[in-house]
Amino acid sequence: MAEEIIRVDQLVKRYGDFTAVDGISFSVNEGELFGFLGPNGAGKSTTIGVLCTLLRPSGGHVVINGHDVVADPAGVRRSIGIIFQDSSLDNDLTAMENLAFHARIYNLPRGSWEPQAERLLRMVDLWERRDDLVKTFSGGMKRRLEIARGLLHQPHVLFLDEPTIGLDPQTRQHIWNYLEQLRTETRITLFLTTHYMDEAERCDRIAIIDHGKIVALDTPDRLKAMVGGDVITLKTPDNDAAAREITAGFGLEPIVLDGVLRLEVPEGESFIPRLVQGLSVPIQTISLHRPSLDDVFVRLTGRAIRDEEVTGMDRMRAMMRMRQRR
Amino acid sequence: MATPSIATERRSPRTNPSTWSAALNGIVTLWYRDVLHFARDRTRIIGSFAQPILFLFIFGTGLSASIGPLGGGAAGQEGVSYVQFIFPGIIAMAVLFTAVFSGIAIVWDREFGFLKEVLVAPLPRWAIAVGKALGGATTAMVQGILMLIFAPFVGVSLSLGHVAALIPVMFITAFALSSLGLLIAVSMKSMEGFQLIMNFLMMPLFFLSGALFPLQNLPGWLTAFTRINPVSYGVDAIRHLVLGAGSLPAEQLGLTVFGVHMTPLLDMVVVLAFGMIMIALAVRRFSAQE
Repeated sequence: MAEEIIRVDQLVKRYGDFTAVDGISFSVNEGELFGFLGPNGAGKSTTIGVLCTLLRPSGGHVVINGHDVVADPAGVRRSIGIIFQDSSLDNDLTAMENLAFHARIYNLPRGSWEPQAERLLRMVDLWERRDDLVKTFSGGMKRRLEIARGLLHQPHVLFLDEPTIGLDPQTRQHIWNYLEQLRTETRITLFLTTHYMDEAERCDRIAIIDHGKIVALDTPDRLKAMVGGDVITLKTPDNDAAAREITAGFGLEPIVLDGVLRLEVPEGESFIPRLVQGLSVPIQTISLHRPSLDDVFVRLTGRAIRDEEVTGMDRMRAMMRMRQRR
Repeated sequence: MATPSIATERRSPRTNPSTWSAALNGIVTLWYRDVLHFARDRTRIIGSFAQPILFLFIFGTGLSASIGPLGGGAAGQEGVSYVQFIFPGIIAMAVLFTAVFSGIAIVWDREFGFLKEVLVAPLPRWAIAVGKALGGATTAMVQGILMLIFAPFVGVSLSLGHVAALIPVMFITAFALSSLGLLIAVSMKSMEGFQLIMNFLMMPLFFLSGALFPLQNLPGWLTAFTRINPVSYGVDAIRHLVLGAGSLPAEQLGLTVFGVHMTPLLDMVVVLAFGMIMIALAVRRFSAQE
């Protein structure tokens, strides 16, 4: 059956006394769309850094396409393509020059990569713009060009770190169309990190990392099944008091997040009337939904998937992106 | 429409496995990128003339009015005006700043841009450092050569032979300094330290280089600082070649170290040795994976 293309075995990454990644193991099969989710600071970026040979592991093994990241980083690098969270295009070169640069630093033989470059540029609808400077491109066009560039050396695994962050919904849809097309035509493996639930839903399997450990790894459906039954969210003037009452009266453990109470119950429809009657704190809003990946995320990490504090670096990134887009 | 396969059937990658050829290719490519950027950025080239013009024509002309000719006298030889004296220093300044900044620029590139693409390519780290140093050296050298167009305006006549000799001198100096820039860059986590480097490294390197005053008859401490400054030797070599062209008394204004009169060749030995140490340290730091 499916062959293993990425194998992570007891990976540890320490910075001084701090353990960023704490002995994680997982494997990804060839052709899989693998989602790697986790809150900021959970060890997600560190893990990707090790997988892409940018960081040296403190312990454990990572093998990609048969190459060990420590023993044979060049072999790993030839096997993978990466779409970084921040644009890593050269804005002062044209689209084609960016691809030519990539071909040269990957040492692709002259004459062999040009037809591939044309195919890829046509796929991402940038062939007509090939001789335009990248700085004249929109954010979506840049992303598409990066995807084309990441595929130029025909990698077995494509890492996509937040590939559609900051793009409008229509552009995101386009990018996913290209990626889906790619998946139907090739056996490429996609390793994805995202903050968008709809993108996580597309994955064959998802790993969730928190505090440096993998806390769940399964198909989206099975992950959602972990959250037994339904999810009820309600808003009250005093969520903490409401939470105490719910715990006392119904034996449930609600999570207070972003001013909203969340609880998981087996039979949501029949539970709501009981809840409304049994609560002395007035209810402002109440809603019921089938478990989403967001609920899985909240349950496992205590944080909403989009609920990330903005760090100084993120602000700087946002600024750079604005500047690059002019 | 039958689109041919975009990725590949399973097979070992087609890349040439020879590390040396990959490294060489990488060096040339990174060098070429820097040169291409430089050639395309007309505003940067024009802008880079602003500071030298201020120094040469305002600062230089202003001081010339009250400072008599420097050097000369001994054998009835005429001295050089202050403007003529600092002209080689200003050329060196252009080389110094362009070269060091091109090295430091990778801090920015590393966090937000292009360097990431290079770092995950199957290239040895040392090739990236060497390619960047050579690219920075080339653009800084060109910048220095462009400064020579001011020669007629300050009354310095140059021969083709001197210009030909200046090219390797500027290149070696620029290579040493862009390697220094790289070494600084690999030790910097962010651009926050930039002001610090500007004030506590670049300015002292410039002021202590003999670009603006002769390095003779100085107090002991200043003599010591100017002699350990590698830029002094670059300035000295450029001054010998630029002022030596028109039988100007470059000899009397030249650098002496422990009583030895430096020649351009000796100067270059010092600068090259410094450059080799810098690039070696930069490569070592650059190759150390986190």
